[in-house]
Amino acid sequence: MTATALARHSGALAQRSLIKTLRTPEALIDVTIQPVIFLLLFTYLFGGAIADGDRHAYLQFLLPGMLAQSLAMGGVALGQNLNADIEKGVFDRFRSLPVSRSAPLVGAVLADVVRYLSVCVVMLGFGTIMGFRVETGFVPALAAVALSIGFGLCFCWISVWVGMLVRTSGAVQGIMFLLVLPLAFGSNVYVATETLPGWLQAFVQVNPITPLVGTIRGLLIGGPVAGHLAATLAWMAGLLVVFVPLALRAYARRA
Amino acid sequence: MRHIVEDLVVRAEGLRKRFGKTQALDGVDLAMRRGTVLGVLGPNGAGKTTAVRVLATLLRPDEGSAFVAGVDVLKNPQEVRRRIGLTGQYASVDEDLTGVQNLVLIGRLLDLTGKQARLRADELLAWFELTEAGQRPAKTYSGGMRRRLDLAASLVGRPEVIFLDEPTTGLDPAKREDMWGVVRSQVARGASVLLTTQYLEEADALADEIVVVDHGRVIAHDTADGLKRRVGGQTLRVRPADPERLPDVLHVLDAVAAPGTTATKDAAAGSRPGAASVPVTSDAALGDVVPELRRIGVEVTELALHLPSLDEVFHTLTGSVKAEELV
Repeated sequence: MTATALARHSGALAQRSLIKTLRTPEALIDVTIQPVIFLLLFTYLFGGAIADGDRHAYLQFLLPGMLAQSLAMGGVALGQNLNADIEKGVFDRFRSLPVSRSAPLVGAVLADVVRYLSVCVVMLGFGTIMGFRVETGFVPALAAVALSIGFGLCFCWISVWVGMLVRTSGAVQGIMFLLVLPLAFGSNVYVATETLPGWLQAFVQVNPITPLVGTIRGLLIGGPVAGHLAATLAWMAGLLVVFVPLALRAYARRA
Repeated sequence: MRHIVEDLVVRAEGLRKRFGKTQALDGVDLAMRRGTVLGVLGPNGAGKTTAVRVLATLLRPDEGSAFVAGVDVLKNPQEVRRRIGLTGQYASVDEDLTGVQNLVLIGRLLDLTGKQARLRADELLAWFELTEAGQRPAKTYSGGMRRRLDLAASLVGRPEVIFLDEPTTGLDPAKREDMWGVVRSQVARGASVLLTTQYLEEADALADEIVVVDHGRVIAHDTADGLKRRVGGQTLRVRPADPERLPDVLHVLDAVAAPGTTATKDAAAGSRPGAASVPVTSDAALGDVVPELRRIGVEVTELALHLPSLDEVFHTLTGSVKAEELV
């Protein structure tokens, strides 16, 4: 299979996923309404207490972190959908066709761009209504969106792998949330790392969400970016190197 | 015919596959001649689906070899995939996509251009009487329509070899006949069809040759008539025009009865009285009976040699299987 065949077949299969997404817009709740609810909840319910009454300052701090967290959670649905496809036998048809082995997975991942873009647009759009302001400029903000989508595309391969391994799509969700929730909350998303006990700070330091949040914060409200960005890119490469082969192997083994 | 290797479009030898404690395939040999229909007949769990999945490159066997359209399934699965169409036991169309979108997607994956894929989709939808439904999501289709779309999807690439895994399970009799028509038309176009079925009637109606599978093994491979003959149990039945002559007929039939049997008046439920039957060992009996009946002046309205039904064949071959499990 040549690279062009892989691109062509992945493109056709990505289009299939997009058609499915457009036909079932309720499947986008986890990347639209859900992050907004989190944003409202934390800003107005806890924000005042956490930031000593300055809700606006907290929103500026929180929104980049919520964006990163929503990207990680947004990947969960992909593994569930792929698992359901396999259970329904739809993938048998693809596997009986002369398409590149990885095309069904690559195509599905590519279509997830739409979901991660939704997260960015909804968070920044609704955040603006709530009073969030980009303090850097258009280009850094665009870079933050591009990096977010890129991170989402790398991180979701964990979900793809789990989707290939377990029996039901419900189990995919359960396992992925067991993984994503500690990463989302055991991070610098909600509070500054310095306020945490030492052992938790250690976890936050090795959490891939932490450098991503740092980078997005820097790109949206200013602050150091380079170090966080390097760490984020390293994590993205690492996720791909580890989980793409794992997912492909699990897919090949799944009868 | 087995020695003419190039004539075999499917050839499998010694296929074995184990799932946990279940030996799904326990040394299966299959041979299908080009341009014919091979019926793989067996009860649930016999290994039919596993065999099809191996031949269609979806599953690697633990042991054995298989060639489809002359290509090694294990060494060159992508080449095999270019030559086959597969319709699984459960309709594997994408429910969120319309009929058109389902078929266009398959076309694109077979490297047709967008336009070619669209034309082929329209052509197949028309052929399967799904043109009107083509713009609707497949989840709105009835069971029969879904099966038709699934079958259409397997024909997009005009495959040389078509695998149909229980294509009519769950369809009503009229829809089943439609499906049979499709199979016949594919053979007329030059394709070869391997179909698995639990319906003896279906194998009898469609298959040039039948493989009977049970517990992961092939227990017979023959034509439908050959299978019936192998089991033996041919019956010669004679109905005299004048019912009064029935005793004379019984006397004539006794003379050709298979060893240890005698002629009897037909008493089976549903059969009209006034006829007599006798088990015979070969159809030569017919040649002996006709002149004898003429000699004693008995006119007949029915004189026929009956082969056993495939049901009877199956029961004889598998022994333990009950009819309820088959249909």
